[in-house]
Amino acid sequence: MSALYRRLVAAYGPELPNLVAFLVLVVVIFSLLSPRFLTGANLGSMAFQLPELGLLTLAMLMPIISGGLNLAIIFTANMAGLTLAFVLNQYGGVDAGIGAFILGTVLALGVGALSGAVMGAVIAYVGAHPILVSLAMMIFLRGLGEFLTRGGDISGFPPWMAVIGHGTAFGIPVPLILFLVCVVLWHILLNHTRHGFSVRMIGSNIRAAEYGGLHTKRTLVLIYTLSGVMCAIAGILMLSRFNSVRVGHGEALLLVTVLACFLGGVDPFGGFGRVVPVVVALVVLQVLSSGLNLLGASQHLATAVWGLFLIAVMVLRWTAARLSERRESERREKGS
Amino acid sequence: MLSFLRSYPTESKLLVVLLLLCAGLAIASPDFLTLVNFTSLLNNNSVNVIWAVGLLVVLIAGGIDISFAVAASVVQYLCVFAFAAIGGGNWAIGFLFAGMFGLGLGLINAFLIHQFRIISIVVTIATFNAFFGLLMFFSGGRFLYNLPSWWSVRVILWEHQTADGTWAELILPVAVMAGAMLATWALIQRSTTGRQLFAFGDNPEGARRAGIPIWLMQSIAFGWCGMMAGIGGLMQSHITREVVPNALVGRELEVLAAVVLGGARLGGGRGSVLGCFLGVALVAVTQNGLNLLGVSPFAFNMVIGIIILLAISSSNLRPASWFERRKGDRT
Repeated sequence: MSALYRRLVAAYGPELPNLVAFLVLVVVIFSLLSPRFLTGANLGSMAFQLPELGLLTLAMLMPIISGGLNLAIIFTANMAGLTLAFVLNQYGGVDAGIGAFILGTVLALGVGALSGAVMGAVIAYVGAHPILVSLAMMIFLRGLGEFLTRGGDISGFPPWMAVIGHGTAFGIPVPLILFLVCVVLWHILLNHTRHGFSVRMIGSNIRAAEYGGLHTKRTLVLIYTLSGVMCAIAGILMLSRFNSVRVGHGEALLLVTVLACFLGGVDPFGGFGRVVPVVVALVVLQVLSSGLNLLGASQHLATAVWGLFLIAVMVLRWTAARLSERRESERREKGS
Repeated sequence: MLSFLRSYPTESKLLVVLLLLCAGLAIASPDFLTLVNFTSLLNNNSVNVIWAVGLLVVLIAGGIDISFAVAASVVQYLCVFAFAAIGGGNWAIGFLFAGMFGLGLGLINAFLIHQFRIISIVVTIATFNAFFGLLMFFSGGRFLYNLPSWWSVRVILWEHQTADGTWAELILPVAVMAGAMLATWALIQRSTTGRQLFAFGDNPEGARRAGIPIWLMQSIAFGWCGMMAGIGGLMQSHITREVVPNALVGRELEVLAAVVLGGARLGGGRGSVLGCFLGVALVAVTQNGLNLLGVSPFAFNMVIGIIILLAISSSNLRPASWFERRKGDRT
């Protein structure tokens, strides 16, 4: 048991056991409070709601681990969705074929990658602060989207596209499958590749990483490009879930993604952070929101609870760190 | 002049860009360089400047505050109920209450940051969600129109009828903006506390070892930002004559962009009141110019985004160095 615990901690980070304990606690509380919580219908609706926030959080995660931030994720996702919508409408809207969808998806991913690459290039080669660069990109993309759509909705997509947003395969919701594939991809990318290593080294100490022979500038461009691609995937999912695209869809999720990353134990200064604890943190947030919803509270109360929950977790982490420090110093006194 | 360029490189560059922009707009549009346009620009952007100078103090002290715009909304609601409870109130009580409520919300941030050693962006994102969620929950998203008359009736400080019959006027928020700028300038440039804030923002550990009380620095920075947020909220309701719970969400990032554009550094230790004003002014004048030139309002954000991106990309240029090199050539 303790060997398994140690192996889990080694593989997925020290935050994981606490977060899983939190998750179990929250699930137990809600299933006691509401008989409808542990039903297939509720779990199913959670599985459909989670991936959207999840994909956006993955897009936020990589820049944060590198010590930055990508505030443009929502509007990058919107722009990618718009690109796909334009292509579909160009090829007949409701009657568009699979070819148009593939073309649109490729272009949407390209748009996401391009906006990310521009940000990455400015951050890497000008040395400007990522918050500022992505903020400017966010304002620009929002403006571009508003300009192209005149603030309206774009809809009229082929009905078979609903499969991506609402369908199930082997009893598992398609959005969840998409999300899990991306999670595995991101986990491998961050923990088992040279790129992931470079990301963490840049987050820890970018100058040391540079002197250590890592190509930091190229890595930074790649980080934001990949983040943009992940935004585009989220944008395509949002398109098929709402069956429409509007610039500003999901705007409220921007800071929630940052919150989820911090909750998942990602170091706000960069350098440390793993995918799996962040996914568990996302599930906790989703459970809190769905559970409160079942009890009749509004989404706004859930938002407040998310904020208070983050503060509580940070305070608990601080207390735990203090306690272990004290225990350590006591042990040292006894030893001497 | 040269010493100004050297000590305020971003501000002087911004000033040049702003003057060029104004000159261009004055030629392109006859409506730009008029008293009416100028005063309405001041009226419409005074609240942003009030928030900007509050945020500036936090940035100088090495922090960041995402929650202040939502805090301003919370203060507006608290004020409506507080004024109703005391049966009316007046401007003096209004400023006192708004300032105190804002200060209180700011001190919550400062307490969490200092006591539990949590980095400010985490705390303020958490309080952003907590404030906003609780505000929407308790207000039910309802708008409030029943403001006391002293609050909602427009206070005109100065007015002047131009030759073509339109009125140019300055309203109370402009005076409050000037007061906020002056007070912030006095705090950061003319007081010992201000020097300590810069030192703390530049190197927290060094400041701590030099004997600067860290908790006091955090409290002053976030308390000041909260107070300005509250006063800005009071002014914003004065202009719009209503209190809308979700009207100010999202403004925090616009103000942040303007402040950083004005030379404040994310990471602390640098920034000026003049820069804040110029940062807000550049965005405002650009928007105003696009409007006067008949550009579609849907394109405004696009252009502003490009301008900020260009401003960042040129941030490695240092005007003072050009003059120095030229001087070196001669001798």
